[in-house]
Order: sequence, then structure tokens, then C-alpha cells
Amino acid sequence: MVIAAMLRKHSADVYVLPNSAEVGSNWRMGMKKLILAAVISAASFGIATAASAGTLDNVKQKGQVVCGANPGTAGFGVPDQQGNWTGLDVEYCRAIAAAVFNDPTKAKFVPLSSKDRFTALASGEVDVLIRNSTWTMSRETTLGIIWAGINYYDGQGFIVNNKLGVKSAKELNGATICVQQGTTTELNVADYFRANKMEYKVVTFGTSEEALKAYDSGRCDSYTTDRSGLAADRLSMTKPDDHTILPEIISKEPLGPVVRQGDDQWLNLVKWVHNALLISEELGVTKANVDEMMKSENPEIKRLLGVEGKFGESLGLSNAWVVQIVKALGNYGEVFDRNVGPSSPLKLVRGSNALWNQGGLQYAPPIR
Amino acid sequence: MIQTRFMRETILPQEAAPHRTSGVLLWVRENLFSSVTNSVLTLLSLWALYATIPGLFQYLIVDAVWSANTGKECLAENVGRPVGVCWAFVTSHMGYFIYGQYPEAEWWRVDLFFAAEALGIVWLLWPNAPYKFAGIIYFFVIFPIIGFVSLTGSTMLGLTPVATNFWGGFLVTIVISTFGIVVSLPVGILLALGRRSDMPIVRLVSVIFIEFVRGVPLITVLFMANVMFPLFLPDGWRPDSLLRVLVGVALFFAAYMAEAVRGGLQAIPRGQYEAAQALGLGYWRMMIKIILPQALKIVIPNIVNNFIGLFKDTTLVAIVGIFDFLKTIQASLADPVWRAAGMPFAAYIFASLVFFVFCYGMARYSMWMEARLDTGKRH
Repeated sequence: MVIAAMLRKHSADVYVLPNSAEVGSNWRMGMKKLILAAVISAASFGIATAASAGTLDNVKQKGQVVCGANPGTAGFGVPDQQGNWTGLDVEYCRAIAAAVFNDPTKAKFVPLSSKDRFTALASGEVDVLIRNSTWTMSRETTLGIIWAGINYYDGQGFIVNNKLGVKSAKELNGATICVQQGTTTELNVADYFRANKMEYKVVTFGTSEEALKAYDSGRCDSYTTDRSGLAADRLSMTKPDDHTILPEIISKEPLGPVVRQGDDQWLNLVKWVHNALLISEELGVTKANVDEMMKSENPEIKRLLGVEGKFGESLGLSNAWVVQIVKALGNYGEVFDRNVGPSSPLKLVRGSNALWNQGGLQYAPPIR
Repeated sequence: MIQTRFMRETILPQEAAPHRTSGVLLWVRENLFSSVTNSVLTLLSLWALYATIPGLFQYLIVDAVWSANTGKECLAENVGRPVGVCWAFVTSHMGYFIYGQYPEAEWWRVDLFFAAEALGIVWLLWPNAPYKFAGIIYFFVIFPIIGFVSLTGSTMLGLTPVATNFWGGFLVTIVISTFGIVVSLPVGILLALGRRSDMPIVRLVSVIFIEFVRGVPLITVLFMANVMFPLFLPDGWRPDSLLRVLVGVALFFAAYMAEAVRGGLQAIPRGQYEAAQALGLGYWRMMIKIILPQALKIVIPNIVNNFIGLFKDTTLVAIVGIFDFLKTIQASLADPVWRAAGMPFAAYIFASLVFFVFCYGMARYSMWMEARLDTGKRH
């Protein structure tokens, strides 16, 4: 109404020609500050409230799980030729959808850059963040978020040209290393060489692509980044087969799904979807044999598949939750194999990601 | 009898002009070799063309790989000859680049949207097209409805709903730039008028809006719209993320448009306002019939400059997780199946070609329109 009245003034008979007088600049500055203060206080208030709602109820109401996803990382979250999202992290999101809705397609992917991923989680824009996020203490203690497990044990490694004849990172004394500038990667290299009393020369680049290209053109003896990334990077070399990834891992990069703090029901759900994938592999339950396994006499399998006990209900799901996950996607081993393992172009070995009873670190507490 | 006069009885055949006043050689001499500097520059340019064109042709066309199923098949050792651009990467991903994750069975709906938009644009931009007024109604009322219904779907019409997170690629680029252009121009004009209004509150609101928006980068606006904005809303009440970005982009460019239009308004002599008032025209009639047509004509280059900027800035939406044309290309580059040396060249050459065609098209149209509307100074 006020605006209408203001506009009506224009229909009067006398016109004042447009003048260029504008509002005083001091006043304008004050206004900007006021708005900024309002935005900041509202934002901090918002973060406090967003975390307290029941995520599982929200998810059920929306009819889909919203996952913070990779904007394109080989093997973990990447669109295939038809544009369908594929990858280890993507399948974890589908597993949650399968557990909640018995339908792995009820997952919505919101690709996030590494800068805004934690903000997006804290603001409730996504329900769970499964996006190559390294679990560190400071992130968990200051950002209001919590890791639900480790779905991939990554670590920094080195790639070298076979010509060099180097079989171990310990032999890299005096080497020139290509690395991306200003990353923890650069610091890890410095730590590693100092700890092993070796000399090295570092050549830094603004982006990982530039560093990779420099290595490929022979500027450096070695290029370093996370080992899962090295496997993908090797594919983009001029002659991929001429390069070897050295066995040493010089840093810990535990990657896993992240949720907001303060919603333990949802944290439990995400955590146990991960555990269920591991236990299924441990007990030999696969996508192909899950129906037969329902008839198994093994009490562990009975509890896992919901034939005995009400473990699914205690999570707010149906008791057949693991059956739903495994029928849709298979167990952890199958998911790994398909996306980053031998059946994928990355051909990563299980290594630390093998089950605990096969020499790896993947260990799930029992369902009982 | 002595013949005192001579009169030619037939007309002589016309002689060719001396080669110094016409012909190819003269043109070459006058334009390319008129001075020593000019000659040197000409030779340098010719050399530059000679040095680049054959190589580019070889790389982009002759040596290019046109069909392959994986990145490996594009490598020289597998093709068995020197290879250039791997166009197979582009052709095999074309569906993804154009439609994003839009379900393949529903692609015809996107095509319908493209066709409806093309019809509207040709109708409005081609000066001799008939029924201009109907065209305006079509583009600003009917086309948005057609576009909205066909893209989002409607259960009533039997069209499966497609959530906007499945939209991607060129579709999203076109949706954002069309929405941005169509909304920002009228809003920008209103803001420009508001800023020059004599009503203090309207002026104040316009000034605050324009200066605030111009004072922040587009990335901040997008980040605000997609990450911060949900914080202010109650739980479970989330406007669609693409919609938030659309509104953010449109308002952002409206502020720039307002300043471009204000430039035009200021260039109109006071006499035009006074003449309009002397005729007894009201404010809006004065603006619509006298001032704006002249002002907008002056600022066509600025407006089109903003349009081109907007079209290219749509690539920034990638940072808030919306897969525009460029982002789909970048994301496909990470696909391990297609990961191979030289693949980024194919991807980025293709992207730049597409952007160039659209931006150059807009620029040429605006130059043509300027020349056509340049009636005031043509005598």
C-alpha cells in the first residue's frame, strides 16, 4: 500500500526533473553494517536450531536422503557417460536410501566443493556428507560435525616413473618432487623427508593439474597426493603403464561419512549402514546370495539379516534393512571392487581397506 | 570541300581502368603494404597464420579421433597413428552435456523447451516478424508456462515430474541465462527509474539495493542463496536450490542493468523531458514513449555486454553444486573410464567453441541492431 501510494505521486501534474542527489554516503555505510550484523546473528542462530531436529524424520518426510557429494572425483563420486552418479561415496548414499526406503534411487546428490561442504552440512542443506572428507580432530571439535565411520583408509603416496628404478619411497633421497601449493600434501612431504633424513627438492604448482602435467613431462622425479588420487592421475599420463605408485603411505587420510552433531539417532543409522556393509562381507553375504542366506542357520547372519531380533527397528528402520542394502548394492567388498578395485579402471588394491581378518583395518562391531 | 570537323561515328569500347585505381593489386598495396610498418605487420600476420592454421587443422580435424568407447582408445599407441583431439569424448558424452541427468525418456520435453525458446527469440529479434505484440505475450507469458510445465513435469498432464537436481548441462545454462536476461532487464529499468525518482523512499530503496548488490561478488550472492539462506528458514521449508540461484542471478544482474540504463537516462537532454511534459504526458507515458526508447537505444552495447557477461557467469553456479554446461564437462573429465592424456583439450576446446558461438552471436546481433536503430544521426 505504501509503495502504491508512493508511485501514485507520479500522476500529479507537476514533475520534478530527476536529480542526481543521493543519500549521504555515511548513512549508507551505517546501513550496510547494520544489515551485516543482522545476517551474522541470524546465521549463528540458524546453525544452533538446524542441528536439533530429527534428521531421520525429516528424511522420511521428504522421501529422499540428501547427500553432500563429490563434484567429480574418480572412483568416489563421478558422473558416468550417461550422467548417472557412480562411485564408492555415491553408493554409500544409495545404501542409506536403501536402508530407509528400500529404494536406492531415493538419494539426492548435492555436489559440494571442498570449501562449502561443512557449511552445507551444518546448515541442513544436506543430511549427510559423503565426499572424501578426511576425519581430523579440529574438524570434529570446532565445526559441529561428527564422523560416522571410515569407509576408505586413504593416505598420501608417491608415483614415480619406472625409468628411475625406485621401488620404495625410502630410495627417493635427492629427488625432485612435484606438489600442489599450500596443501597439507606439501607439509606431509616435508615431514616425511625430514623424519627419514633425506634430501629433496620441491617444485610447487597452483593446481594439481599443473603439478601432474609437470611430472608427466619429466620435470620432477615424483608426484605426490593421496593414493586414491594417484591411481586416477596415472590414467591421465601420456604413458600410464610407465608409472608406478610406491607402496609407502606417508600420512593418514581416513575418509568417511559425516553428520551433524546432536542427532545421535541419525549418527547411529549412518554408522550402522557402514558396519552392516562390512559385516555382510565378513559373513559372505553378497548381492547374489542374500536370499539364500536368509535361510542360513548361522546366528550372526540371522541377526544381520533381521531373521532374528529387532535390530532394524531400534534404528527406526525395518528389520530387513540389511537385506534391502545388500540386495541393492552388495556388501562392502563388492562396492569397493566395482568402484575403485580391480573391476574399475582405478584398480586399487584393498590394502588397509581389507577386512580386519584379512590384514586390513576395516572392522565392524558385532550386531547383537 | 575541306573537312573542318571530325565526328566519331561509333563509341569507343570502354577501356579497363588503370590498374592503379582499382583491382586486387591496388587494394593489396593500399591496405597491406602502404608503408614499411604496414608491410612488416602484414608479413608477420601472414607468418603467424601460416604457423598456426595448418597445425590446428591437423590437430582438430585430420588427426582427431572421432569414435572410441574409452579414453584409452584415443591414445596414439592404440589408434596406431599420431592423434589429435579426442572428439569421441565429446560425442559420447553429448547427451550428458546437453541434458545433464535429465531422464533420457523425457529428453523430448527439454527439446520442446529449446524449440519454444528459439521460436520466441526469433519472433522478437527478427524485425520483420509479424504480430510483434503477440510475440511479446508469447515470450513473457506463454513460453515461461510451456517451459516450466515441460521441464518440471505435471502429473495432471501425464508428464513425470523431474526434480531440478536432475537438470544439468546446457539445459541449466540456458535456463539460468534466459531467466536472468528476461527478469534482469525489466527489473533493472525499474531500478534505474527508481534511482532517478524524486520520491525519497523509492530512491533510497533503489540506491540501497543497487549499491549493496554491486558491492558483493556474484559468488557471494550464490553462496548466500544456496548455503546461508536455508539457515534463515524454518526446518523442512527449503525453496528449490536451482530456484534460489535463478533469483540470485536475476537480482544480481538487475543491479548492473539498472546502472547501464541509468547511463542512458542521464544522456537524454533535459529538453526531451520538458517537451514530453509540455505535451501533457504523464510520468509513465513520458518514460515509455519518449525517454526510454531513446535511452535504451543509447545503451544497447552496455545491455548486451551485460547479457554476454551473464551468459558466461552462469558457469559460476557450479560452485554451489549446480551442474551447468561447463561443470558437466569438467565432471566428466574425472570419469576414470575416459581419463587419459589429452582429454582436457577436447573438453575445453568444445566448451570454448560453444560459448564463443553464443556470445559472438549476441554481439553481432547487437551491432546490427545498433546500426538499424541509428536513425537520429543518419542524414
